[in-house]
Amino acid sequence: MSIDPSSIVYFEWGFIRITATLVFAWVTMAILAILGFVLTRNLTSEDKIGKGQIVLEAVFATILDQIKSVSHQDAHKYFPFVSTLFLFIMSATLLSLIPGYNPPTGSLNTTIALALCVFFAVPYFGIQSQGIKNYLKQYTKPSVVMLPFNIISEFSRVISLAVRLYGNVMSSSIIVLILLGVVPFFFPVIIQMLGLLTGAIQAYIFAILAIVYIASATNTN
Amino acid sequence: MDSITIIGMTSIIIAGLTIAIGSIAPAIGEGNAVAQALRSIAQQPDESNTISRTLFVGLAMIESTAIYCFVISMILLFANPFWNAVIG
Repeated sequence: MSIDPSSIVYFEWGFIRITATLVFAWVTMAILAILGFVLTRNLTSEDKIGKGQIVLEAVFATILDQIKSVSHQDAHKYFPFVSTLFLFIMSATLLSLIPGYNPPTGSLNTTIALALCVFFAVPYFGIQSQGIKNYLKQYTKPSVVMLPFNIISEFSRVISLAVRLYGNVMSSSIIVLILLGVVPFFFPVIIQMLGLLTGAIQAYIFAILAIVYIASATNTN
Repeated sequence: MDSITIIGMTSIIIAGLTIAIGSIAPAIGEGNAVAQALRSIAQQPDESNTISRTLFVGLAMIESTAIYCFVISMILLFANPFWNAVIG
């Protein structure tokens, strides 16, 4: 048994390795991109609004509202980044219901990549909103003594974001696999539903934590 | 007992102990957090949105301690570095 879909290699040529993680991340991306393309073709503001547009607007209004209420700032600046994170993790969780689909978030490679995106987005938005001098000054608050600890916390953030998501998704898929061997009838379904719930909560948590980190870096007062 | 048996036995025992002991403290912490959050929602129902959002973030933070324990026990069981040292 493997605890990481990266150990399943489909294709290897030189240093290029196409692993299951990569393939299923591509599948998720393709599904999101096709859905986005199809749903945004016929957007109207007239009386008769299609079902797809209603779902789309509901999802994005909810995300926008959450970002606004957490960051207390103009949400549109962070909306593309945060909603991408949320939708990717969420759709990976939902698609894991399909047999044969290995959620790419169940691999440490994917989650570290997502956490690194947050790691680089924080200084990007912070410098953009308050300038490089004020941003760097934030590391020496409340006093210069705290400088190494602030830098350590920046790195430990990445690790905790990555390991939390990886552990949650991996744990549910492994427990389902083990239970299928032990009691293969009813119990795995319940665990699968529990995994769906924790996966959805983790997607939410990941996005909320990304906003919290960004908002703390862009806090101008 | 040869060394492979000893390594296998200790890994399994320690993996069980890791997840058993490691889930006690997060469970107590989550219980405390939920109890406090429910109390504050009962006192101020208007603020339930903010409280439950903060609660979820806090719960995820607490839960990651248990998740670390789980990852460690999974490493002990399925990706034990000492196996390779002995077998290889």
